Amino acid sequence: MKGLKWRAVLVALVLGASIVYLLPSLPVSLPRWWHGVLPNDKIHLGLDLQGGMHLVLEVQAEEAVKTTLDRLSDEIKVLLRKEKVGFRAIERTQDGHVAVQLADASHRDRLRALMDKEFPILEWMQASETPEGFRVLCRVKEKDAEHIRQLAVRQALETIRNRIDQFGVSEPDIRPQGKNRILVQLPGIKDPQRALELIGKTAVLEFKLVAEGVDPHADPTTLPAGVKVYPMRRVDTNTGRTVEGKVALKDRTLLTGEYITNANVRIDSQYNTPYVALEFDPQGARIFERITGENVKKQLAIVLDGVVYSAPVIQERISGGRASITGSFTMEEARDLAIVLRAGALPAPVVILEERTVGPSLGADSIRKGFLSMLVGAVVVVLFMILYYRLSGVVADVALLLNVLLILAGLAAFQATLTLPGIAGIILTIGMAVDANVLIFERIREEMRLGKTPKAALDAGYARATLTILDANITTLIAALVMFQFGTGPVKGFAVTLSIGIVASLFTAIVVTRLLFDYLFIEKRMRTLSI
Amino acid sequence: MEFIRPDININFVGMRMKAMIFSGLLIFLGLAAIVARGGLNMGVDFAGGTLIQVKFSERTTPNAIRDALKDLGIGKSAIQRVGTATDNEFIIRSDISEEKAKRVSDDVQSRLDQVFGPGKATILRVEMVGPKVGQDLRQKALLAIYYALLFIALYISGRFELKWGTSGVMAAVLLLGVNLLGLTGLSMTYLIIGALMITLVLCWVLKLSYALGALVALIHDVFITVGVFALLNKEFDLTIVAALLTIVGYSLNDTIIVYDRIRENRRASRKVDFKALVNRSINQTLSRTLLTSSTTLFVVFFLFVLGGNVIHDFAFALLIGILIGTYSSIFVASPLLILYQDMSGSGRKTSVHRPA
Repeated sequence: MKGLKWRAVLVALVLGASIVYLLPSLPVSLPRWWHGVLPNDKIHLGLDLQGGMHLVLEVQAEEAVKTTLDRLSDEIKVLLRKEKVGFRAIERTQDGHVAVQLADASHRDRLRALMDKEFPILEWMQASETPEGFRVLCRVKEKDAEHIRQLAVRQALETIRNRIDQFGVSEPDIRPQGKNRILVQLPGIKDPQRALELIGKTAVLEFKLVAEGVDPHADPTTLPAGVKVYPMRRVDTNTGRTVEGKVALKDRTLLTGEYITNANVRIDSQYNTPYVALEFDPQGARIFERITGENVKKQLAIVLDGVVYSAPVIQERISGGRASITGSFTMEEARDLAIVLRAGALPAPVVILEERTVGPSLGADSIRKGFLSMLVGAVVVVLFMILYYRLSGVVADVALLLNVLLILAGLAAFQATLTLPGIAGIILTIGMAVDANVLIFERIREEMRLGKTPKAALDAGYARATLTILDANITTLIAALVMFQFGTGPVKGFAVTLSIGIVASLFTAIVVTRLLFDYLFIEKRMRTLSI
Repeated sequence: MEFIRPDININFVGMRMKAMIFSGLLIFLGLAAIVARGGLNMGVDFAGGTLIQVKFSERTTPNAIRDALKDLGIGKSAIQRVGTATDNEFIIRSDISEEKAKRVSDDVQSRLDQVFGPGKATILRVEMVGPKVGQDLRQKALLAIYYALLFIALYISGRFELKWGTSGVMAAVLLLGVNLLGLTGLSMTYLIIGALMITLVLCWVLKLSYALGALVALIHDVFITVGVFALLNKEFDLTIVAALLTIVGYSLNDTIIVYDRIRENRRASRKVDFKALVNRSINQTLSRTLLTSSTTLFVVFFLFVLGGNVIHDFAFALLIGILIGTYSSIFVASPLLILYQDMSGSGRKTSVHRPA
């Protein structure tokens, strides 16, 4: 029969294709020519199976707006001084405004004109007479604020990607999620703590002068204006351990890390300790030269994310745009510090909303247990089918094994990720895959009881059961697709294997088994049906 | 080989009152357990918090670990042994979810190193979910269950009663209703309960009896499975939602096969008593129902026993769900068709010869 031949070709094609897709995932070495032409992708193992780290970070984009306001406050000060408009104070308030305090309202219109011209990004919120004079509140226009926020998220993504690339993780997956979230997946990572620090560090590097003659341990309320106390990391030379000290710094930031072009780890030949060498771009080099020149014999503190690493005394004007951060680093710490400085600061801090870490041993254990239960379940079902349906059971078993093969090949072909719940999905499909054949076989038995010949019973059984099978499977497929759409993580992984499993089992149970029966009846001239 | 004789004729339909009482009892027990425990035992996925799985190289007890972690503010019931006694594996739960780069797991590790000696405790797995994400995940999970039920209801009414138009109307009304409900600012949980109610009422009003029966059976199965989790105080997390959705799919699979047979028999003979027809259909498909359920139960059982602790509760949910799903397709879904016909009094021609 012609139909038989075509169906045989179709099944052979599907079988061939699935083997081709599966081979790269098997521990066999493939010939060189394979890699050029045929699929290379292995089945993607989820983090729960190969171990690794899954993070969802949220960019505190509002902080970027605040930073912009800080910068604008400084710029307004410069502008007003230049334009000779006297002011008492200009500062960023907690709730995200710039407050300009004038002595009185006489400069009101002049201020407004200047601000509108020089800072179109700001809008004038409120102006009021106060006991201290005249106070104006401005804020960033919502449209611009939104732009700043978006930019912050984009930059954060880029910076984190840079850092992770330099850290050296194979196949990291870093992508935006929603409006201000970033999803980071690091498969096979050995030291999650270190990765987390690397990613989470804001890495804002600042150079500030030490406030001379101020006791950092004094009551904070007695500190002079423009001075703040910072924590300081220091090594106790006797014990070699890091201790936290305190140091009082002048508020003004002289230079930031944004001018850094390169950062590298070097070893101090004298003490044999690592340090981080920085290189500035020409503009940064000029600023650095100026501040070192102006502040000889004073202490310049190097502050990273609000912690002082070192505060060396400036011996002389430093030109050439080089500086170094010494401190009590291990080699690893110094290396990570260099990475974050090279990759740049995060425009806004990030917080970790979700973290899932699976150690590699647990992942391997999960695979082993998953496959063991799959194997045992499959063997029991296969034996049961043969016992219950004899030869027809064997036919169903062939379909079942092909089904598992197709699911695995489908996973490789669609580049879907196999997770532990995914393995559960396969296991469940094994149980349910025989359902279609059970339906058909039971129907055939019914027809045979009605006195039909085996061949007629076979035809009627397939004809009547097919629609039912379709109905039953389409509804399950609906559930699986919904799971895929709304699911996250484990739910999605499960939905993928379940969906592929349903489609595969429709194919194997209806097309493949029918082909086998037709072959037996037509080619082998089988007269009876063992069912 | 045959387990079920072909001429079998068990009076399932006659047991429908007993089944209703049994189902009602199960649902009531589950609800009572949920109320008594003040809600489900939400895992870190939904409630937020931290879960840490630790393996010790030497034998230890939950109490020793608890003492070691005393200062970290980790509650009393939060340490649980997993696997066999020789595995020395424990799961430590904490409702702390640090959103800053500082991690609870580091505190735990350093404290364990201090007390048990360095290298004696290895952290196998950490799951930290912040409250914000937890809420997101909960919403998504509820939405998933809701949409699955909705689409399934649409498919059944369209496919089974060839009322694609009616089922389209239902979808439109439902979406409108849900949006209106959304305006009231109720929480997602109530919204979904509301939406389900609307769906059921719509099915009733539009005479979509198959969809109604299938939906009630689905809700029945999900409720009972959730109830069992509440009774045993098992943790409810994302993987359990996946299991529930699978149960939905599976139970429906079962229901539809019986419904298909009812439809087919109905086409063949229009004059038969509907009750007898339903009963015959259940009996005709009984063999298949039991066979498929048993093969599925086999594999899920092995998953439950051999799959390891990460997948244990998931397999457990499937186990319960498959049992309940099989039961409901025989005792709940099909008798509901009869119940609907009796109550709506639509007096279809099939039920003229009502036995006394």
